[in-house]
Amino acid sequence: MNVQELIDLINGHLYNESADLSREILGGCGADLMSDVLASIQPEAVLLTGLCNPQVVRTSVMADVAAIILVRGKSPPPETIALAEKERIALVSSPFGMFELCGRLYASGLKSLERPVDGSDCVCE
Amino acid sequence: MAPDSLFHGKIVTDAEAENITRVEELAYELKVGEVMTSDPATVTPNTPMSEVLELFRQRRISGAPVLENNQLAGLVSIEDLLRCLQKSDLDTDTRHYMSTNVLTIKDTDPVIEALKLFVNSHYGRLPVLNNTGNLTGILTKGDITSGILKAMQHDYQEEEVRRYRASHLFEDIESDRSSLILRYNIKQGDFTHGGAASSAIKRALLRLGAEPQIARRVGIAVYEAEMNLVIHTTHGGIIRVEIEPKQISINISDDGPGIQDVNLAMRPGYSTAPETVRELGFGAGMGLVNIQRCVDSMRLESVYGRGTNLRLKILLPKKEAGGDET
Repeated sequence: MNVQELIDLINGHLYNESADLSREILGGCGADLMSDVLASIQPEAVLLTGLCNPQVVRTSVMADVAAIILVRGKSPPPETIALAEKERIALVSSPFGMFELCGRLYASGLKSLERPVDGSDCVCE
Repeated sequence: MAPDSLFHGKIVTDAEAENITRVEELAYELKVGEVMTSDPATVTPNTPMSEVLELFRQRRISGAPVLENNQLAGLVSIEDLLRCLQKSDLDTDTRHYMSTNVLTIKDTDPVIEALKLFVNSHYGRLPVLNNTGNLTGILTKGDITSGILKAMQHDYQEEEVRRYRASHLFEDIESDRSSLILRYNIKQGDFTHGGAASSAIKRALLRLGAEPQIARRVGIAVYEAEMNLVIHTTHGGIIRVEIEPKQISINISDDGPGIQDVNLAMRPGYSTAPETVRELGFGAGMGLVNIQRCVDSMRLESVYGRGTNLRLKILLPKKEAGGDET
């Protein structure tokens, strides 16, 4: 699934034009704690979150996130949009809630790119 | 064919879309004077059309400005020449065939103005005038195309050169031990720019030819540390990254307040972050744990009341970062 197909699937609204809509999404991760994202997410995932401050974009840059979905139709502040524009990461809002969105994406074949907590291996690999 | 039918049913690829954008940008950036043909061949109203024919043939051009007393009097084009040939009238002066109602453009105008004129008129070329109204060149659509192509090639070469230089940095400079040091001052409480240094560091590593996985590990570790400086310090702090062909050493230091119990701080889930910070998605007590997971070695020293110093090291497998990617 690419970013454009993702947007269509969730009735999404794209906030930044610089995003590469053909970027392939390999799976998903849902979290509101940025450290959880950094600890668990694997590259090229879509990040579902209820937060919309610029740190969501920063975190996504570090964690090689392919697209960001803001749940429950949240509209991000201008500085978040500006940063997403600059970093060329798709910033999308969807009217649906976190559970609904995770379900829709999972049912459409996106697997989880969250590493479960087991403490043994390095999350960064 | 209507212009908008050109892409009908065809999806514009990202590469194309990017180029279109850059072409559009260049159309605004480039000035007519930069892309026009300077010192064009000119004729006078008294030049016989047979000479115009000879001029066009020799110079391989399809039009020429007509000057009278150094002022633009008109334009003679290959279409005018064809009309003349049709009548076998080559002995006649140019004044009888040239067009006098000529659109002109200034050399200081952006190329986009010329494009608009070309689109809205049937003219194939525009005489270019300077501020004092004197002819300085002639502009065709071909001039614009090659001007933009040249500018894009220039862009491309610049980025190529930059990447090449960066990725060969450690090969090109000889010493017993070379390293590149990046320093960043981090402000306390600046949540808008918090993470900017980490982004810059990650980008620098990728440009130096580091494996994406190494850049990601460094990025995540430094980002957590950077946010700690933003959240917890009294006056912010300093991030220092030393890049060597075999390792990356990161030093994050601040002058207070320091950590009361380092062992407790290292425990997953322990956090002293205030509620406001937690609302931003931080302060889950996973920062130091995340850092440790991403690096090969980590040393945390802190004196309560004095400050904290965090040293991180990431070892680079052979033929990585440092730039020897070939």
